[in-house]
Amino acid sequence: MSADITLAGVRKQFGRKVVLDGVDLTVAAGESMVIIGGSGTGKSVMIKCILGLIRPDAGSIRVDGVETVGLRGKALAAHQSRFGMLFQGGALFDSLPVWRNIAFALAGNAASRRAAAIDNLARVGLGADVADLRPSELSGGMQKRVALARAIAARPEILFFDEPTTGLDPIMADVINDLIRTLVTDLKITALTITHDMASARKIADRVAMLYQGRIVWHGPRGDLDTSGNAFVDQFVHGRADGPIKMPVRTL
Amino acid sequence: MNPVTTIAHALIALGSVVIGLFGAIGRLARFALTVLTRLVRPPYYPAQLAEQMLVIGYFSLPVVGLTALFTGSALAQQIYIGGSRFNASSTVPAVTVIGIVRELGPVLGGLMVAGRVASAMAAEIGTMRVTEQIDALTTLRTDPFRYLIGPRVVAAVLVMPVLVLASNALGVMGGWLLATQRLNFNSAAYLNTTAQYLKWDDVASSMVKAAVFGFFIALMGCYHGYHSSGGAAGVGRATTNAVVSAFILILLSNLIITVIVFGS
Ligand SMILES: Nc1ncnc2c1ncn2[C@@H]1O[C@H](COP(=O)(O)OP(=O)(O)O)[C@@H](O)[C@H]1O
Ligand SMILES: [Mg+2]
Repeated sequence: MSADITLAGVRKQFGRKVVLDGVDLTVAAGESMVIIGGSGTGKSVMIKCILGLIRPDAGSIRVDGVETVGLRGKALAAHQSRFGMLFQGGALFDSLPVWRNIAFALAGNAASRRAAAIDNLARVGLGADVADLRPSELSGGMQKRVALARAIAARPEILFFDEPTTGLDPIMADVINDLIRTLVTDLKITALTITHDMASARKIADRVAMLYQGRIVWHGPRGDLDTSGNAFVDQFVHGRADGPIKMPVRTL
Repeated sequence: MNPVTTIAHALIALGSVVIGLFGAIGRLARFALTVLTRLVRPPYYPAQLAEQMLVIGYFSLPVVGLTALFTGSALAQQIYIGGSRFNASSTVPAVTVIGIVRELGPVLGGLMVAGRVASAMAAEIGTMRVTEQIDALTTLRTDPFRYLIGPRVVAAVLVMPVLVLASNALGVMGGWLLATQRLNFNSAAYLNTTAQYLKWDDVASSMVKAAVFGFFIALMGCYHGYHSSGGAAGVGRATTNAVVSAFILILLSNLIITVIVFGS
Protein backbone atom coordinates (compact mmCIF):
# COMPACT_ATOMS: atom_id res chain seq x y z
CA MET A 1 0.00 0.00 0.00
CA SER A 2 2.09 2.82 -1.36
CA ALA A 3 1.99 5.00 -4.41
CA ASP A 4 4.35 6.81 -6.71
CA ILE A 5 4.23 10.50 -7.51
CA THR A 6 5.42 12.21 -10.68
CA LEU A 7 5.60 15.97 -11.16
CA ALA A 8 6.29 17.37 -14.62
CA GLY A 9 6.72 21.05 -15.42
CA VAL A 10 4.76 22.26 -12.38
CA ARG A 11 4.52 26.04 -12.33
CA LYS A 12 2.95 28.36 -9.78
CA GLN A 13 3.14 32.08 -9.34
CA PHE A 14 1.50 34.42 -6.86
CA GLY A 15 0.89 37.76 -8.52
CA ARG A 16 4.14 38.42 -10.37
CA LYS A 17 6.26 36.31 -8.04
CA VAL A 18 7.14 33.02 -9.70
CA VAL A 19 7.48 30.42 -6.94
CA LEU A 20 7.57 27.14 -8.89
CA ASP A 21 9.15 27.42 -12.34
CA GLY A 22 8.82 23.99 -13.90
CA VAL A 23 9.35 21.40 -11.19
CA ASP A 24 10.14 17.87 -12.40
CA LEU A 25 10.32 15.20 -9.73
CA THR A 26 9.62 11.50 -9.35
CA VAL A 27 9.04 9.76 -6.04
CA ALA A 28 8.95 5.97 -6.29
CA ALA A 29 6.44 3.88 -4.34
CA GLY A 30 7.65 3.03 -0.85
CA GLU A 31 10.55 5.43 -1.06
CA SER A 32 11.50 8.20 1.36
CA MET A 33 12.27 11.34 -0.59
CA VAL A 34 13.64 14.45 1.09
CA ILE A 35 13.42 17.88 -0.52
CA ILE A 36 16.04 20.34 0.67
CA GLY A 37 16.18 24.04 -0.10
CA GLY A 38 16.34 27.45 1.53
CA SER A 39 13.49 29.21 3.25
CA GLY A 40 10.92 30.65 0.89
CA THR A 41 11.99 28.62 -2.14
CA GLY A 42 8.52 27.13 -2.52
CA LYS A 43 8.87 23.77 -0.81
CA SER A 44 5.58 24.12 1.05
CA VAL A 45 3.84 25.43 -2.05
CA MET A 46 5.07 22.37 -3.97
CA ILE A 47 3.59 19.83 -1.58
CA LYS A 48 0.37 21.83 -1.30
CA CYS A 49 0.11 21.54 -5.07
CA ILE A 50 0.47 17.76 -4.82
CA LEU A 51 -2.17 17.68 -2.07
CA GLY A 52 -4.58 19.68 -4.22
CA LEU A 53 -4.64 22.53 -1.69
CA ILE A 54 -3.10 24.90 -4.24
CA ARG A 55 -3.85 24.63 -7.96
CA PRO A 56 -0.70 24.90 -10.10
CA ASP A 57 -0.77 27.27 -13.07
CA ALA A 58 0.69 24.64 -15.38
CA GLY A 59 2.19 21.18 -15.37
CA SER A 60 1.13 17.71 -14.43
CA ILE A 61 1.05 15.86 -11.11
CA ARG A 62 0.38 12.14 -11.37
CA VAL A 63 -0.19 9.74 -8.50
CA ASP A 64 0.02 6.09 -9.59
CA GLY A 65 -0.08 7.40 -13.13
CA VAL A 66 -3.38 9.24 -12.68
CA GLU A 67 -3.46 12.96 -13.38
CA THR A 68 -4.54 14.89 -10.27
CA VAL A 69 -4.32 18.51 -11.41
CA GLY A 70 -7.79 19.91 -11.94
CA LEU A 71 -9.63 17.31 -9.87
CA ARG A 72 -12.77 18.63 -8.18
CA GLY A 73 -15.43 17.56 -5.74
CA LYS A 74 -15.55 13.87 -4.85
CA ALA A 75 -12.55 12.95 -7.02
CA LEU A 76 -10.43 15.60 -5.31
CA ALA A 77 -11.56 14.42 -1.86
CA ALA A 78 -10.70 10.83 -2.79
CA HIS A 79 -7.27 11.97 -3.99
CA GLN A 80 -6.67 13.92 -0.79
CA SER A 81 -7.73 11.03 1.43
CA ARG A 82 -4.68 9.04 0.26
CA PHE A 83 -2.34 11.47 2.03
CA GLY A 84 -1.32 12.16 5.58
CA MET A 85 0.27 15.52 6.17
CA LEU A 86 2.36 16.92 8.99
CA PHE A 87 2.08 20.68 8.65
CA GLN A 88 4.98 23.00 9.32
CA GLY A 89 3.37 24.50 12.42
CA GLY A 90 1.52 21.33 13.45
CA ALA A 91 -1.86 22.87 12.59
CA LEU A 92 -3.56 21.10 15.48
CA PHE A 93 -7.16 22.19 16.08
CA ASP A 94 -6.80 24.18 19.27
CA SER A 95 -10.49 23.94 20.10
CA LEU A 96 -10.31 20.14 20.40
CA PRO A 97 -8.49 17.91 22.90
CA VAL A 98 -5.51 15.89 21.71
CA TRP A 99 -7.41 12.63 21.18
CA ARG A 100 -10.13 14.28 19.09
CA ASN A 101 -7.41 15.86 16.95
CA ILE A 102 -5.85 12.48 16.30
CA ALA A 103 -9.15 10.69 15.71
CA PHE A 104 -10.55 13.52 13.61
CA ALA A 105 -10.75 11.63 10.32
CA LEU A 106 -11.59 8.25 11.86
CA ALA A 107 -15.03 6.68 11.74
CA GLY A 108 -16.70 4.81 14.59
CA ASN A 109 -18.06 5.54 18.04
CA ALA A 110 -16.30 7.74 20.57
CA ALA A 111 -14.81 4.84 22.54
CA SER A 112 -13.21 3.15 19.53
CA ARG A 113 -11.95 6.44 18.14
CA ARG A 114 -10.44 7.32 21.49
CA ALA A 115 -8.76 3.92 21.68
CA ALA A 116 -7.35 4.41 18.18
CA ALA A 117 -6.06 7.84 19.18
CA ILE A 118 -4.26 6.43 22.21
CA ASP A 119 -2.82 3.70 20.01
CA ASN A 120 -1.39 6.32 17.65
CA LEU A 121 -0.11 8.38 20.58
CA ALA A 122 1.90 5.33 21.67
CA ARG A 123 3.38 5.10 18.17
CA VAL A 124 4.86 8.57 18.55
CA GLY A 125 6.08 7.88 22.08
CA LEU A 126 3.35 9.67 24.03
CA GLY A 127 1.22 8.23 26.82
CA ALA A 128 -2.55 8.16 27.23
CA ASP A 129 -2.19 10.92 29.84
CA VAL A 130 -1.95 13.60 27.15
CA ALA A 131 -5.12 12.44 25.38
CA ASP A 132 -7.40 14.89 27.18
CA LEU A 133 -5.08 17.90 27.11
CA ARG A 134 -5.54 20.80 24.73
CA PRO A 135 -2.82 21.37 22.11
CA SER A 136 -1.94 24.69 23.78
CA GLU A 137 -1.00 22.80 26.95
CA LEU A 138 1.73 20.85 25.12
CA SER A 139 5.35 21.78 24.43
CA GLY A 140 6.45 22.36 20.83
CA GLY A 141 7.99 18.92 20.54
CA MET A 142 4.89 17.22 21.91
CA GLN A 143 2.68 19.19 19.53
CA LYS A 144 4.79 17.97 16.61
CA ARG A 145 4.42 14.39 17.81
CA VAL A 146 0.66 14.74 18.24
CA ALA A 147 0.47 16.21 14.75
CA LEU A 148 2.48 13.24 13.53
CA ALA A 149 0.06 10.86 15.26
CA ARG A 150 -2.83 12.63 13.56
CA ALA A 151 -1.15 12.41 10.16
CA ILE A 152 -0.72 8.63 10.41
CA ALA A 153 -4.00 7.85 12.20
CA ALA A 154 -5.99 7.09 9.05
CA ARG A 155 -3.13 4.92 7.68
CA PRO A 156 -2.52 6.94 4.52
CA GLU A 157 -0.63 5.58 1.53
CA ILE A 158 1.55 8.66 1.26
CA LEU A 159 2.93 10.81 4.07
CA PHE A 160 4.18 14.38 3.75
CA PHE A 161 6.28 16.02 6.43
CA ASP A 162 6.78 19.78 6.20
CA GLU A 163 9.88 20.69 8.22
CA PRO A 164 9.29 18.10 10.94
CA THR A 165 12.33 19.09 13.02
CA THR A 166 12.31 22.89 12.68
CA GLY A 167 12.19 24.61 16.06
CA LEU A 168 13.02 21.49 18.05
CA ASP A 169 16.13 20.88 20.15
CA PRO A 170 18.65 18.46 18.57
CA ILE A 171 17.62 15.52 20.74
CA MET A 172 13.91 15.95 20.13
CA ALA A 173 14.68 16.45 16.45
CA ASP A 174 16.47 13.11 16.38
CA VAL A 175 13.54 11.44 18.15
CA ILE A 176 11.24 12.74 15.41
CA ASN A 177 13.70 11.61 12.70
CA ASP A 178 13.74 8.10 14.18
CA LEU A 179 9.95 8.10 14.34
CA ILE A 180 9.60 9.07 10.70
CA ARG A 181 12.16 6.50 9.61
CA THR A 182 10.37 3.79 11.62
CA LEU A 183 6.95 4.81 10.29
CA VAL A 184 8.15 4.70 6.71
CA THR A 185 9.73 1.29 7.20
CA ASP A 186 6.92 -0.20 9.33
CA LEU A 187 3.94 1.10 7.42
CA LYS A 188 5.68 0.73 4.02
CA ILE A 189 4.45 4.07 2.80
CA THR A 190 5.74 6.62 0.34
CA ALA A 191 7.15 9.60 2.22
CA LEU A 192 8.05 13.11 1.11
CA THR A 193 9.84 15.26 3.67
CA ILE A 194 10.73 18.92 3.38
CA THR A 195 13.61 20.14 5.45
CA HIS A 196 16.60 22.42 5.62
CA ASP A 197 18.03 20.37 8.49
CA MET A 198 20.83 18.30 6.91
CA ALA A 199 21.12 15.93 9.87
CA SER A 200 17.44 15.15 9.42
CA ALA A 201 17.81 14.71 5.66
CA ARG A 202 20.67 12.24 6.12
CA LYS A 203 18.64 10.21 8.56
CA ILE A 204 15.27 10.10 6.82
CA ALA A 205 16.11 10.04 3.12
CA ASP A 206 16.45 7.27 0.61
CA ARG A 207 16.83 9.94 -2.02
CA VAL A 208 17.33 13.70 -1.85
CA ALA A 209 16.28 16.46 -4.24
CA MET A 210 17.20 20.12 -4.02
CA LEU A 211 14.78 22.92 -4.89
CA TYR A 212 16.27 26.25 -5.90
CA GLN A 213 14.63 29.16 -7.70
CA GLY A 214 11.55 27.15 -8.53
CA ARG A 215 13.30 24.13 -10.02
CA ILE A 216 14.82 20.86 -8.88
CA VAL A 217 18.54 21.57 -9.41
CA TRP A 218 19.82 18.18 -8.23
CA HIS A 219 18.52 14.81 -7.13
CA GLY A 220 20.21 11.59 -6.16
CA PRO A 221 20.60 8.93 -3.49
CA ARG A 222 21.38 10.07 0.05
CA GLY A 223 24.89 8.62 -0.23
CA ASP A 224 25.73 11.04 -3.06
CA LEU A 225 25.01 14.18 -1.03
CA ASP A 226 28.68 14.85 -0.26
CA THR A 227 29.97 13.93 -3.70
CA SER A 228 27.20 15.43 -5.81
CA GLY A 229 29.60 17.70 -7.67
CA ASN A 230 26.73 20.20 -7.70
CA ALA A 231 27.77 23.64 -6.45
CA PHE A 232 24.27 24.43 -5.08
CA VAL A 233 24.12 21.21 -3.08
CA ASP A 234 27.69 21.63 -1.82
CA GLN A 235 26.97 25.13 -0.59
CA PHE A 236 23.73 24.06 1.10
CA VAL A 237 25.15 20.91 2.69
CA HIS A 238 28.07 22.82 4.16
CA GLY A 239 26.03 25.88 5.03
CA ARG A 240 28.37 28.40 3.38
CA ALA A 241 27.39 32.01 2.72
CA ASP A 242 29.51 32.21 -0.43
CA GLY A 243 28.64 30.16 -3.47
CA PRO A 244 26.16 30.20 -6.34
CA ILE A 245 23.19 30.69 -3.97
CA LYS A 246 23.10 34.43 -3.30
CA MET A 247 21.30 35.86 -0.32
CA PRO A 248 19.99 39.37 -1.02
CA VAL A 249 21.74 40.87 2.02
CA ARG A 250 23.35 44.28 1.83
CA THR A 251 26.84 44.44 3.33
CA LEU A 252 27.35 46.85 6.20
CA MET B 1 -0.33 68.49 -16.79
CA ASN B 2 -2.86 69.33 -19.50
CA PRO B 3 -6.54 68.93 -18.68
CA VAL B 4 -7.10 66.01 -21.05
CA THR B 5 -4.51 63.80 -19.33
CA THR B 6 -5.83 64.88 -15.92
CA ILE B 7 -9.32 63.78 -16.90
CA ALA B 8 -7.95 60.57 -18.40
CA HIS B 9 -6.09 59.81 -15.18
CA ALA B 10 -9.20 60.52 -13.12
CA LEU B 11 -11.29 58.23 -15.32
CA ILE B 12 -8.71 55.44 -15.09
CA ALA B 13 -8.64 55.76 -11.29
CA LEU B 14 -12.43 55.75 -11.13
CA GLY B 15 -12.56 52.78 -13.48
CA SER B 16 -10.20 50.73 -11.37
CA VAL B 17 -12.25 51.49 -8.24
CA VAL B 18 -15.43 50.35 -10.00
CA ILE B 19 -13.74 47.23 -11.35
CA GLY B 20 -12.37 46.50 -7.88
CA LEU B 21 -15.83 46.88 -6.36
CA PHE B 22 -17.45 44.55 -8.91
CA GLY B 23 -14.63 42.09 -8.40
CA ALA B 24 -15.22 42.08 -4.65
CA ILE B 25 -18.97 41.62 -5.10
CA GLY B 26 -18.34 38.79 -7.54
CA ARG B 27 -15.97 36.98 -5.16
CA LEU B 28 -18.42 37.41 -2.30
CA ALA B 29 -21.34 36.13 -4.37
CA ARG B 30 -19.32 33.07 -5.38
CA PHE B 31 -18.41 32.42 -1.77
CA ALA B 32 -22.06 32.71 -0.70
CA LEU B 33 -23.12 30.38 -3.51
CA THR B 34 -20.51 27.81 -2.47
CA VAL B 35 -21.75 27.97 1.13
CA LEU B 36 -25.37 27.46 0.08
CA THR B 37 -24.73 24.61 -2.36
CA ARG B 38 -22.53 22.72 0.11
CA LEU B 39 -25.13 23.22 2.84
CA VAL B 40 -27.79 21.19 1.11
CA ARG B 41 -25.64 18.07 0.67
CA PRO B 42 -24.31 15.87 3.47
CA PRO B 43 -22.29 15.40 5.59
CA TYR B 44 -24.01 17.63 8.14
CA TYR B 45 -22.49 18.59 11.46
CA PRO B 46 -25.34 18.98 13.99
CA ALA B 47 -22.96 19.25 16.97
CA GLN B 48 -21.18 22.20 15.32
CA LEU B 49 -24.56 23.79 14.57
CA ALA B 50 -25.71 23.43 18.18
CA GLU B 51 -22.47 24.92 19.49
CA GLN B 52 -22.71 27.89 17.15
CA MET B 53 -26.36 28.51 18.08
CA LEU B 54 -25.27 28.67 21.70
CA VAL B 55 -22.29 30.93 20.97
CA ILE B 56 -24.22 33.31 18.71
CA GLY B 57 -27.62 33.26 20.39
CA TYR B 58 -27.35 32.65 24.07
CA PHE B 59 -24.18 34.64 24.68
CA SER B 60 -25.46 37.60 22.65
CA LEU B 61 -28.65 37.90 24.69
CA PRO B 62 -27.29 40.19 27.45
CA VAL B 63 -25.75 42.74 25.10
CA VAL B 64 -28.71 42.73 22.70
CA GLY B 65 -31.17 42.94 25.58
CA LEU B 66 -29.42 45.83 27.30
CA THR B 67 -29.13 47.75 24.04
CA ALA B 68 -32.85 47.37 23.38
CA LEU B 69 -33.81 48.26 26.95
CA PHE B 70 -31.79 51.49 26.98
CA THR B 71 -32.78 52.49 23.47
CA GLY B 72 -36.48 51.85 24.13
CA SER B 73 -36.33 54.07 27.21
CA ALA B 74 -34.48 56.85 25.41
CA LEU B 75 -36.90 56.63 22.51
CA ALA B 76 -39.92 56.96 24.82
CA GLN B 77 -38.35 59.98 26.51
CA GLN B 78 -37.67 61.70 23.18
CA ILE B 79 -41.14 61.03 21.82
CA TYR B 80 -42.62 62.41 25.01
CA ILE B 81 -40.58 65.62 24.73
CA GLY B 82 -41.20 65.95 21.00
CA GLY B 83 -44.87 65.03 21.30
CA SER B 84 -45.68 67.43 24.16
CA ARG B 85 -44.88 70.38 21.90
CA PHE B 86 -48.06 69.73 19.93
CA ASN B 87 -49.85 68.13 22.84
CA ALA B 88 -49.53 64.58 21.55
CA SER B 89 -47.63 62.90 24.35
CA SER B 90 -50.10 60.02 24.27
CA THR B 91 -48.39 58.84 21.10
CA VAL B 92 -45.48 57.58 23.23
CA PRO B 93 -46.55 53.90 23.43
CA ALA B 94 -47.64 53.78 19.77
CA VAL B 95 -44.52 55.32 18.27
CA THR B 96 -42.22 53.41 20.61
CA VAL B 97 -43.60 50.02 19.64
CA ILE B 98 -43.58 50.84 15.94
CA GLY B 99 -40.08 52.30 16.05
CA ILE B 100 -38.66 49.42 18.03
CA VAL B 101 -40.28 46.56 16.14
CA ARG B 102 -39.92 47.97 12.65
CA GLU B 103 -36.43 49.48 12.85
CA LEU B 104 -34.50 49.77 16.07
CA GLY B 105 -34.99 46.27 17.47
CA PRO B 106 -33.68 44.44 14.41
CA VAL B 107 -31.09 47.04 13.35
CA LEU B 108 -29.51 47.63 16.74
CA GLY B 109 -29.71 43.91 17.55
CA GLY B 110 -28.06 43.14 14.21
CA LEU B 111 -25.30 45.69 14.76
CA MET B 112 -24.57 44.46 18.27
CA VAL B 113 -24.43 40.82 17.14
CA ALA B 114 -22.26 41.84 14.19
CA GLY B 115 -19.83 43.53 16.55
CA ARG B 116 -19.66 40.48 18.77
CA VAL B 117 -19.98 37.61 16.34
CA ALA B 118 -18.67 38.68 12.91
CA SER B 119 -15.42 39.76 14.54
CA ALA B 120 -15.08 36.56 16.57
CA MET B 121 -15.78 34.40 13.50
CA ALA B 122 -13.26 36.29 11.38
CA ALA B 123 -10.64 36.03 14.11
CA GLU B 124 -11.20 32.33 14.72
CA ILE B 125 -11.41 31.24 11.09
CA GLY B 126 -8.63 33.66 10.13
CA THR B 127 -6.33 32.18 12.76
CA MET B 128 -7.23 28.72 11.51
CA ARG B 129 -6.31 29.85 7.99
CA VAL B 130 -2.92 31.36 8.84
CA THR B 131 -1.97 28.43 11.10
CA GLU B 132 -2.88 25.98 8.29
CA GLN B 133 -5.72 24.43 10.31
CA ILE B 134 -8.07 24.91 7.36
CA ASP B 135 -5.63 23.06 5.07
CA ALA B 136 -5.39 20.40 7.79
CA LEU B 137 -9.19 19.99 7.77
CA THR B 138 -9.08 19.31 4.04
CA THR B 139 -6.36 16.69 4.38
CA LEU B 140 -8.44 15.08 7.15
CA ARG B 141 -11.33 14.46 4.77
CA THR B 142 -13.39 17.35 6.06
CA ASP B 143 -14.80 20.14 3.92
CA PRO B 144 -14.23 23.48 5.71
CA PHE B 145 -17.35 24.89 4.05
CA ARG B 146 -19.53 22.18 5.57
CA TYR B 147 -17.71 21.87 8.89
CA LEU B 148 -16.83 25.48 9.72
CA ILE B 149 -18.84 27.88 7.62
CA GLY B 150 -22.18 26.14 7.04
CA PRO B 151 -23.00 25.67 10.73
CA ARG B 152 -22.13 29.30 11.47
CA VAL B 153 -24.33 30.66 8.69
CA VAL B 154 -27.29 28.41 9.52
CA ALA B 155 -26.97 29.10 13.25
CA ALA B 156 -26.91 32.86 12.68
CA VAL B 157 -29.96 32.74 10.39
CA LEU B 158 -31.92 30.61 12.88
CA VAL B 159 -30.90 32.44 16.02
CA MET B 160 -31.11 36.08 14.95
CA PRO B 161 -34.95 36.14 14.72
CA VAL B 162 -35.16 34.82 18.27
CA LEU B 163 -32.67 37.42 19.48
CA VAL B 164 -34.56 40.19 17.71
CA LEU B 165 -37.83 38.98 19.22
CA ALA B 166 -36.21 39.39 22.63
CA SER B 167 -34.75 42.71 21.53
CA ASN B 168 -38.20 43.97 20.49
CA ALA B 169 -39.80 42.85 23.74
CA LEU B 170 -37.11 44.45 25.87
CA GLY B 171 -37.19 47.64 23.79
CA VAL B 172 -40.91 48.01 24.37
CA MET B 173 -40.38 47.19 28.01
CA GLY B 174 -37.73 49.92 28.26
CA GLY B 175 -40.23 52.45 26.94
CA TRP B 176 -42.92 51.22 29.30
CA LEU B 177 -40.58 51.35 32.30
CA LEU B 178 -39.57 54.94 31.60
CA ALA B 179 -43.09 56.06 30.76
CA THR B 180 -44.64 54.60 33.90
CA GLN B 181 -41.81 55.39 36.31
CA ARG B 182 -40.81 58.87 35.14
CA LEU B 183 -43.57 60.24 32.96
CA ASN B 184 -46.56 59.16 35.05
CA PHE B 185 -48.20 57.06 32.36
CA ASN B 186 -50.85 54.60 33.47
CA SER B 187 -49.36 51.15 33.13
CA ALA B 188 -52.49 49.35 31.86
CA ALA B 189 -53.34 52.11 29.39
CA TYR B 190 -49.75 52.14 28.07
CA LEU B 191 -49.75 48.40 27.48
CA ASN B 192 -53.20 48.59 25.92
CA THR B 193 -52.10 51.19 23.40
CA THR B 194 -48.92 49.19 22.71
CA ALA B 195 -50.94 46.04 21.96
CA GLN B 196 -53.27 48.04 19.75
CA TYR B 197 -50.42 49.36 17.60
CA LEU B 198 -48.43 46.12 17.51
CA LYS B 199 -49.12 44.63 14.08
CA TRP B 200 -48.23 41.09 13.06
CA ASP B 201 -46.93 42.37 9.75
CA ASP B 202 -44.41 44.49 11.62
CA VAL B 203 -43.30 41.53 13.70
CA ALA B 204 -42.96 39.41 10.56
CA SER B 205 -40.87 42.04 8.77
CA SER B 206 -38.75 42.29 11.89
CA MET B 207 -38.09 38.53 11.77
CA VAL B 208 -37.26 38.63 8.07
CA LYS B 209 -34.79 41.44 8.66
CA ALA B 210 -33.25 39.50 11.53
CA ALA B 211 -32.71 36.39 9.43
CA VAL B 212 -31.18 38.43 6.60
CA PHE B 213 -28.89 40.25 9.04
CA GLY B 214 -27.87 36.92 10.57
CA PHE B 215 -26.92 35.63 7.13
CA PHE B 216 -24.77 38.68 6.39
CA ILE B 217 -23.13 38.66 9.83
CA ALA B 218 -21.97 35.04 9.53
CA LEU B 219 -21.13 35.38 5.84
CA MET B 220 -18.89 38.41 6.46
CA GLY B 221 -17.20 36.83 9.46
CA CYS B 222 -16.50 33.61 7.57
CA TYR B 223 -15.57 35.23 4.26
CA HIS B 224 -12.98 37.58 5.71
CA GLY B 225 -11.61 34.91 8.03
CA TYR B 226 -11.40 32.32 5.27
CA HIS B 227 -9.52 34.67 2.95
CA SER B 228 -7.19 36.17 5.51
CA SER B 229 -3.44 35.92 4.98
CA GLY B 230 -0.29 37.40 6.39
CA GLY B 231 -0.17 36.29 10.01
CA ALA B 232 -1.53 38.16 13.02
CA ALA B 233 -1.76 41.48 11.18
CA GLY B 234 -3.80 39.81 8.45
CA VAL B 235 -6.20 38.32 10.98
CA GLY B 236 -6.57 41.78 12.54
CA ARG B 237 -7.44 43.26 9.17
CA ALA B 238 -9.91 40.45 8.50
CA THR B 239 -11.65 41.13 11.82
CA THR B 240 -12.02 44.84 11.13
CA ASN B 241 -13.22 44.24 7.57
CA ALA B 242 -15.74 41.66 8.75
CA VAL B 243 -17.35 44.05 11.22
CA VAL B 244 -17.34 47.07 8.91
CA SER B 245 -18.75 45.14 5.94
CA ALA B 246 -21.37 43.42 8.12
CA PHE B 247 -22.48 46.85 9.43
CA ILE B 248 -22.79 48.25 5.93
CA LEU B 249 -24.68 45.20 4.62
CA ILE B 250 -27.06 45.29 7.61
CA LEU B 251 -27.86 48.97 7.15
CA LEU B 252 -28.19 48.66 3.37
CA SER B 253 -30.37 45.54 3.43
CA ASN B 254 -32.48 47.13 6.19
CA LEU B 255 -33.11 50.12 3.97
CA ILE B 256 -34.02 47.89 1.03
CA ILE B 257 -36.40 45.73 3.06
CA THR B 258 -37.98 48.79 4.68
CA VAL B 259 -38.60 50.42 1.30
CA ILE B 260 -40.05 47.20 -0.13
CA VAL B 261 -42.28 46.38 2.85
CA PHE B 262 -43.37 49.82 4.04
CA GLY B 263 -42.68 52.05 1.06
CA SER B 264 -45.81 51.25 -0.95
N1 LIG C 1 -0.99 31.74 -0.64
C1 LIG C 1 0.07 32.48 -1.00
N2 LIG C 1 -0.10 33.69 -1.54
C2 LIG C 1 0.95 34.43 -1.93
N3 LIG C 1 2.23 34.06 -1.81
C3 LIG C 1 2.49 32.86 -1.26
C4 LIG C 1 1.42 32.00 -0.83
N4 LIG C 1 1.97 30.87 -0.33
C5 LIG C 1 3.30 31.02 -0.46
N5 LIG C 1 3.62 32.20 -1.01
C6 LIG C 1 4.97 32.70 -1.31
O1 LIG C 1 5.66 31.65 -1.97
C7 LIG C 1 7.00 31.62 -1.56
C8 LIG C 1 7.38 30.21 -1.14
O2 LIG C 1 6.70 29.89 0.06
P1 LIG C 1 6.87 28.49 0.79
O3 LIG C 1 6.54 27.40 -0.16
O4 LIG C 1 6.06 28.55 2.05
O5 LIG C 1 8.41 28.46 1.13
P2 LIG C 1 9.24 27.32 1.88
O6 LIG C 1 10.17 26.77 0.87
O7 LIG C 1 9.97 28.01 2.98
O8 LIG C 1 8.25 26.32 2.39
C9 LIG C 1 7.15 32.63 -0.46
O9 LIG C 1 7.80 33.76 -0.98
C10 LIG C 1 5.76 32.97 -0.06
O10 LIG C 1 5.67 34.31 0.31
MG1 LIG D 1 7.57 25.93 4.20
